[in-house]
Amino acid sequence: MREKKERTPLLDVQGLSVSFSMYERGLQKKDLEVLHKLSLGVYPGEILAVVGSSGSGKSILAHAVMGILPGNARVKGEIHYRGELLDKERQEALRGKEIAFIPQSLAYLDPLMRVDRQVIGIRGTKEKQEAAFARYHLGKEVERMYPFQLSGGMARRVLISTAVMEEARLIVADEPTPGLHEEVAMETLRDFRQLADEGCGVLLITHDIDLAFQVADRIAVFYAGTIVEIAPVTDFLAGKEALRHPYSKAFIDALPQNSFKPIEGFQPYAGSLPEGCLFAPRCSACSKECAGEMEMRRIRDGEVRCVHAT
Amino acid sequence: MSRSRYIAGTVFRMLTLLAAVSVLSFVLVTSSPIDPLTAYIGTNSTLSQEARDEITEHWGLDDPPVERFTAWAGNFLKGDWGTSIAFKKPVKTVIKERFSYSVVLMLIAWTFSGVLGFLAGIFAAVRKGSLWDKAIKVFCLALQSAPTFWVGLLVLSLFAVQLGWFPIGLAAPMGKLAQDVTLEDRIWHLVLPSLTLGVLGISKITLYTRQKLIEIMDSGFILFAKARGEDTAQLVLRHGIRNIALPAVTVQFAAFSELFGGIALAESVFSYPGIGSALTTAGLSGDVPLLLGIAVFSAVFVFTGNLIANILYGLLDPRIKEGRADG
Repeated sequence: MREKKERTPLLDVQGLSVSFSMYERGLQKKDLEVLHKLSLGVYPGEILAVVGSSGSGKSILAHAVMGILPGNARVKGEIHYRGELLDKERQEALRGKEIAFIPQSLAYLDPLMRVDRQVIGIRGTKEKQEAAFARYHLGKEVERMYPFQLSGGMARRVLISTAVMEEARLIVADEPTPGLHEEVAMETLRDFRQLADEGCGVLLITHDIDLAFQVADRIAVFYAGTIVEIAPVTDFLAGKEALRHPYSKAFIDALPQNSFKPIEGFQPYAGSLPEGCLFAPRCSACSKECAGEMEMRRIRDGEVRCVHAT
Repeated sequence: MSRSRYIAGTVFRMLTLLAAVSVLSFVLVTSSPIDPLTAYIGTNSTLSQEARDEITEHWGLDDPPVERFTAWAGNFLKGDWGTSIAFKKPVKTVIKERFSYSVVLMLIAWTFSGVLGFLAGIFAAVRKGSLWDKAIKVFCLALQSAPTFWVGLLVLSLFAVQLGWFPIGLAAPMGKLAQDVTLEDRIWHLVLPSLTLGVLGISKITLYTRQKLIEIMDSGFILFAKARGEDTAQLVLRHGIRNIALPAVTVQFAAFSELFGGIALAESVFSYPGIGSALTTAGLSGDVPLLLGIAVFSAVFVFTGNLIANILYGLLDPRIKEGRADG
């Protein structure tokens, strides 16, 4: 881990904010900011798991990296890929080649196209597809199937196959294990581990912290549209004392295997965020310093967005 | 098992439909104020009362309606569709002759509106929100709300009367012997009626295709394909068209009913000797056998259109086709 940090990150997201302009009550247009100054880095050979509750906007991060946000989205901040700015042209040139996206479910496959043609896509070849199917233990008969004929586990492997069609260096996986058997989910994550061990950087977006514990190198805690802490997975396993941010501590405490103690209150809605620290209203350590702008700080072997963190 | 049940069900629905259509048409035409006899001989005919009674007797006009209908239905089932009063020919012959004209007209209009509407719909959807999209939308909505005969009259007055490019009516030049009529004559006479009919059919398929493609371009699999490097043209050609073609074809087949409705009006405007104008004549002269014959015939025609749409879905949509093979 340590020596990886010295190299340039594969993916470097700095102060990413994404807002959507939408109509509220008639014709009043309003900008709704769903990601706020989010920063993270993914290094080659590692899995960075972004963990947060369902529906909190984690997918937007994946879509922003891929450049597939809807037309009413506005993006601020910078994304760098291998040291160079990842702008729209570069996203268009690289996605499907060096940057692969793995979606959540079967709904992301064309219902009327046979699986082999979809996996090949516009850039792959039949040979590569066959190799990928062999790698992920997909039978010959799966090639001629339509998406609706796939089982949950098969679908996962088909979706992963799409990522190995080209020499992907960065894999962005958006909730790749929802509704899966623990066994199948673990198998999927082992596939990601394998890809990372081959040198890929994997940005794994998930709400399943247990699974993240098992395969990730580092975990980024997503809260109210930003990342409050990034730390090595060992810190999370060591317990709340090893962590930096009050939310991560409370989050770990709330897990069934720990003290199962819920956190008071709710995550704030994107339209009505508090000033300064987004966690302040629910934080027991909140003081007047928390009202100011909150920057990401490096503490020990991780990063945290909290003035009190030690 | 399920296939034979499907066929039996379809045949049953078809038969009940035909029975309902013929009863309803009969009730409507016999309760209309038009007297077939007067329509036949004219209002200032010098025909004697005896002769009139004889014709009435021969046609069975004074028989109770139920008796008339059962007589017609009995003969119809035996294959005798009766004789048309207005054309003085067997109903079958009239329908055959007239339909041979109409089928060309309908086929041209149907293909023209289908192909052009589909392409226009795709174009509008891809350029969603642009000036082109808006223009296409307004054009379609205007046509959708315009009555057939009105559009027909406009087309007629512009292209036939003002510009004189096309004949104002009929299916062949007036006064030309049937054996001298060339293919060009026929085509030349077909242009305006098929244009009218086709233009009217276009808006539905265009708006449908546009809406459906916009929906599909918003779906997850398009997003994923985009994330894998496909550009807009590839997205539309590889995934968009594949997913809208089937529903669009279905809509177009289901539009058979409107096509038949449109043809009655379009043919009247252009005095085109097809089945539509025969229907108008039958209605105006109280020609019960012909009217019932055409009603039944058109019901079969429309039913077939819908049936083809259903069957195509089963044959072409893998979710239905292979789902059946699996289960």
